[in-house]
Amino acid sequence: MVTRGTGDGLTGGPEMVTRGVGDGVAEGLKAAREAGGLEAAREAGGLEAAREIAAAVPDPELPMVTLADLGILRRVTAEDGRVVVTITPTYSGCPALSEIAHDLRYRLARAGFADVIVRTELAPAWSSDQITPEGRAKLRAAGLAPPNPGRPNPGQRDPGRGPVPLPLTVALPKFVACPRCGSLDTERTAAFGPTACTALFRCGTCREPFEYVKDI
Amino acid sequence: MTDDDDFAAYQYLAEETEDHRWAFGTGFSDPLEGIDTSVPADVDAAALTAYCLALGDDALIYSHRLQQWVTRTPELEEETALANIALDLLGQARMLLSRAGQAEGAGRNEDRLAFFRTEGEFRNVRLVEAADADFAELAGRLLIFSTWRLALFGELTGSADPVLAAIAGKAVKELAYHRDYAAQWVVRLGDGTALSHARMQAGLAAIWPLFDELFRADAVVARLPGVAADPAGLRAEVDGVLDAVFGAATLDRPGGAPLAPVAGQAGREGVHTEALGYVLAELQSVARAYPDATW
Repeated sequence: MVTRGTGDGLTGGPEMVTRGVGDGVAEGLKAAREAGGLEAAREAGGLEAAREIAAAVPDPELPMVTLADLGILRRVTAEDGRVVVTITPTYSGCPALSEIAHDLRYRLARAGFADVIVRTELAPAWSSDQITPEGRAKLRAAGLAPPNPGRPNPGQRDPGRGPVPLPLTVALPKFVACPRCGSLDTERTAAFGPTACTALFRCGTCREPFEYVKDI
Repeated sequence: MTDDDDFAAYQYLAEETEDHRWAFGTGFSDPLEGIDTSVPADVDAAALTAYCLALGDDALIYSHRLQQWVTRTPELEEETALANIALDLLGQARMLLSRAGQAEGAGRNEDRLAFFRTEGEFRNVRLVEAADADFAELAGRLLIFSTWRLALFGELTGSADPVLAAIAGKAVKELAYHRDYAAQWVVRLGDGTALSHARMQAGLAAIWPLFDELFRADAVVARLPGVAADPAGLRAEVDGVLDAVFGAATLDRPGGAPLAPVAGQAGREGVHTEALGYVLAELQSVARAYPDATW
């Protein structure tokens, strides 16, 4: 069920990480070597390693996808020799955010980055459109229907700042494909699911229930 | 650590770390950690404090009332919905109370503000205080609250306070979803059986005296030009949405006299209904009994 996102060489263990054998690390080192001295190269390579570790951290509530897959990892930078990881919450009350911060610090510490700052960034607000194509594929493979990119987001106002339209029909248009059989004959059984970011659906063709990652 | 890193978030709860957490989602840190929280130079910091406190209190008190429904609905799906809505509002409350604490600059954090203020220090509108008599009243109150708050936060996405604008930018997505949920229940109950129609109409009638307060002039708003939203300016949008829902639900727009302010003071000035005391007694009891506890 679970697939790993990035850096084949990085998942082997902390020693490998600090030696920096991932593709991204090698590229970072090469670029930095071309740009300047050995110190700069070491720093850039280290930052690239930190970036790969942060990107590969699984989401605690949807562990089949990584922070990078979900689009909640905004950036990894260096500040006064410390690694600064900037993340954004999916929902205002998302209880996973503090777990993600702990997980980031823990994994980076294991790889030798002792001094890590995790920052939250609210604007621009996260949208389910930011889930990567790879993330969508992983969600589908795990039996969750990914959100529909490009559907109008709730709360989104038109450029003239008119009120947000409100659908008043109880039966919603059929736009969610079953992650198992691909049928569009699906119905929403509950607007909210077991986590803040999912709703519950059932497939009319294969009869299986599934979770749908909501469009926001 | 084992190879199965995907459950690390749960595994290292049991490990000796300096975090001292006892369960998933505990070990709270400042929800605005790492965000530039300086107050813009031309913004009245005391007024910003009061404004964020009021908006945070609306969400905090209403979230608690929604949480009280958990384990009491006949359908698991509705329980999940209400818990999720309450969680979104609690998230909004945490960020807004934190913002209020920072703007105040007196060292009060979200917990201090949520758990150690008395009734008269709360600034929420009175709409959010009462316990709902039944599911119809719940649907009606949630529709009115989320329609009003969505209109309000839609305006705040353009606030001159960048932190408030960012909080509003996240909240509008959540509130639009809450409003859809509530509207669909109001339509289903209003346009349902004779009994469900009568109870939906009665639920709206019970809430309606608190409706006008949502659009009252507010002295704090007047001190925050470009930062806060004028409550009176929200009325047209809220009325338009509610009339559309009531029309689809075959419900009459309730009439009757609004619950008047007391000596010119209502929720925003710290004058509340009796119901708020019961919410605070429950909400604050653990924090007040164990003031040095961490969670």
